Amino acid sequence: MSMTEKAPLLAVRGVKTYYGNIIALKGVDIDVHEGEIVTMIGANGAGKSTLMMTIFGKPQAREGTITYDGRDITRMPTHEIAHLGIAQSPEGRRVFPRMSVFENLQMGASVNNLAYFNEDLEKVCAIFPRLKERLQQRAGTLSGGEQQMLAIARALMSRPRLLLLDEPSLGLAPIVVRQIFDVIREVNRKEGMTVFLVEQNAYHALKLATRAYVMVNGLITMSGSGKELLADPQVKAAYLEGGHH
Amino acid sequence: MMMEAPAREPVNFVGLLKDAVFAAAIAFGLFSLMLGLKTDQTLNNQMVLVPRPGLLFTVVGLVFVGRFLIGYWQAINAGKIKKRKAAATPLALKIEKYGTAAFVGFLFVYPMMVLGTAGPSGAIKWIDNFGIQILIYIMLGWGLNIVVGLAGLLDLGYVAFYAVGAYSYALLATSEPVKEFMAGAIGPTFWPLWAFWICLPVAGILAAFWGVLLGFPVLRLRGDYLAIVTLAFGEIIRLVLINWVEFSGGYAGISSIPRPSFFGVPFNATESGFAATFGLEFTPIYRTIFLFYVILILALITAVVSTRLRRLPVGRAWEALREDEIACRSLGINTVNTKLTAFAIGAMFGGFAGAFFAARQGFISPESFVFLESAQILAIVVLGGMGSLLGVVIASILLVGGVELLRELDFLKAYFGDNFDPAQYRMLIFGACMVLMMLWKPRGLISVREPSVFLKEKKAVSSDLVKEGHG
Repeated sequence: MSMTEKAPLLAVRGVKTYYGNIIALKGVDIDVHEGEIVTMIGANGAGKSTLMMTIFGKPQAREGTITYDGRDITRMPTHEIAHLGIAQSPEGRRVFPRMSVFENLQMGASVNNLAYFNEDLEKVCAIFPRLKERLQQRAGTLSGGEQQMLAIARALMSRPRLLLLDEPSLGLAPIVVRQIFDVIREVNRKEGMTVFLVEQNAYHALKLATRAYVMVNGLITMSGSGKELLADPQVKAAYLEGGHH
Repeated sequence: MMMEAPAREPVNFVGLLKDAVFAAAIAFGLFSLMLGLKTDQTLNNQMVLVPRPGLLFTVVGLVFVGRFLIGYWQAINAGKIKKRKAAATPLALKIEKYGTAAFVGFLFVYPMMVLGTAGPSGAIKWIDNFGIQILIYIMLGWGLNIVVGLAGLLDLGYVAFYAVGAYSYALLATSEPVKEFMAGAIGPTFWPLWAFWICLPVAGILAAFWGVLLGFPVLRLRGDYLAIVTLAFGEIIRLVLINWVEFSGGYAGISSIPRPSFFGVPFNATESGFAATFGLEFTPIYRTIFLFYVILILALITAVVSTRLRRLPVGRAWEALREDEIACRSLGINTVNTKLTAFAIGAMFGGFAGAFFAARQGFISPESFVFLESAQILAIVVLGGMGSLLGVVIASILLVGGVELLRELDFLKAYFGDNFDPAQYRMLIFGACMVLMMLWKPRGLISVREPSVFLKEKKAVSSDLVKEGHG
């Protein structure tokens, strides 16, 4: 590592997370630098979502440290972490079903007290025209893809520096998956937003990634640039067989 | 082939009549012994059979007519395709919009209307038993609605805050040291006259404090577990009130609680009383009317505050909390504070209502704060539709007013004998209503949630479009 390299925006060091006595993360190291799209792939139950949730303080890491922008956030409560400029689109979307799309977006902007609400509303409506049509509709009546768009849009409303996306492609039709990944690429390029993405859909996620990690049973087994991992025979065998090409 | 069914088939009246006769025959067979004959004692302690043909034929007649009407209704609806319910829902919002103003206006003239029609002595019952009683429950329902309907925290011990409010007022108003202190500081008549107006906010604040106290231990609980703990909390408060006799008077309760004054003018027959001051003839009705307006204003304050709060960030956070606590937290909402404010504000309105209750009754005891009260308030909120203010009004009128109306059904004694007291059947009817509600309108009478913000026009989304368990 050269001395000129900037400190990472998010640094996860030796993090161990337990559910009761069961260990889910067995010492994970991750770096996410400003402006990157970092992807983590792995099978079901590898601990990807646990890592995502540990970064957000629920559950808290029992060992190791998580630093964001030079601050130790390992023991910080979730809602305070959200105020530091990290936003999350959680696994399974978790939109507020009985509230309208508009109100869901308001909730997203609550960390900055709706200070930039109108401006940001226009922005996310431009990114997701589908949501603009459905602003008054209850979020629970949206289709799965629209709910995912809403979850991402809601996360964007807080003007995050770091966007955490947990399986945004889960259960979506291929064409919608492509749309979602296009949006991720767009916010990264246009806004310079840093993205940390957890995915099972390895092919698309790796294509998008600046760098990527592979997680197996709570440990990082491989890392490298997205291209490197896409070409790696082991990755190919384990995560890309059956082909999305 | 069903698609080409004619617009309406002719109704088969002969078939319907046959059906009704058949049902009536079955009813006759069933009830001839059950209702048609009654065993009774003569003076010599002999058992005799008393035939009751009138009752029997009334019931059989009701079955006949009922069966016929149901058949007819089914027949005329058979050919129609059921209209989508979604089309009908905005009506609820329309009613809410125009109906509210009209209803509030009606409430303000209600005492005068009753006074005009029933006269001063007859009006007390209608203003007190119906008006005030229902308004207390509306206010309690609106208060609980903040906790249950908006924040989604199932609270089975709400009556505890009602009790805290009532006892706060009762204890402070009857306390000798306070009375003496006030007499020394301001004047001997000050405290009895102004106690209510001073203690009302105090009761609210104390109840809110107890709300926070309850909130802390239950922060991590949800659903069933939360319900059990809140239920226990309600019982603890009641048991403390029963057993801590030196403090609360135990079962005997607290009596001769000062009644509210008309801002310093008492409602009595003296020369400085309300009637004399305003040159009216003394009757107790003035106090009742005044109490009616007090609770009406208190209830309206509750409604206005909860509608306003819903549009503020804290209200939005309550609703989001109800929907998804984890998502809430990851959006930077402090769920601890959000829950505690919901408990505190809900409890505060319960406390106001409690203080009013104590002032209206003049006497309170732990008997008034049993679990059944909590259950009834919760039933009002659930029956009305979680989160709907109008729903709470309708449900209160049905549940509380309905029970009061049962007492009025004296004519039923003609059928069921002099010992028949319809009010005794209120729990049965109450239960049946709940079962029917859950069958037909599982999300309550008003199940449309009105968004708190609009861009161009209001557009409600029917609850039918949201999956079960999310409503």
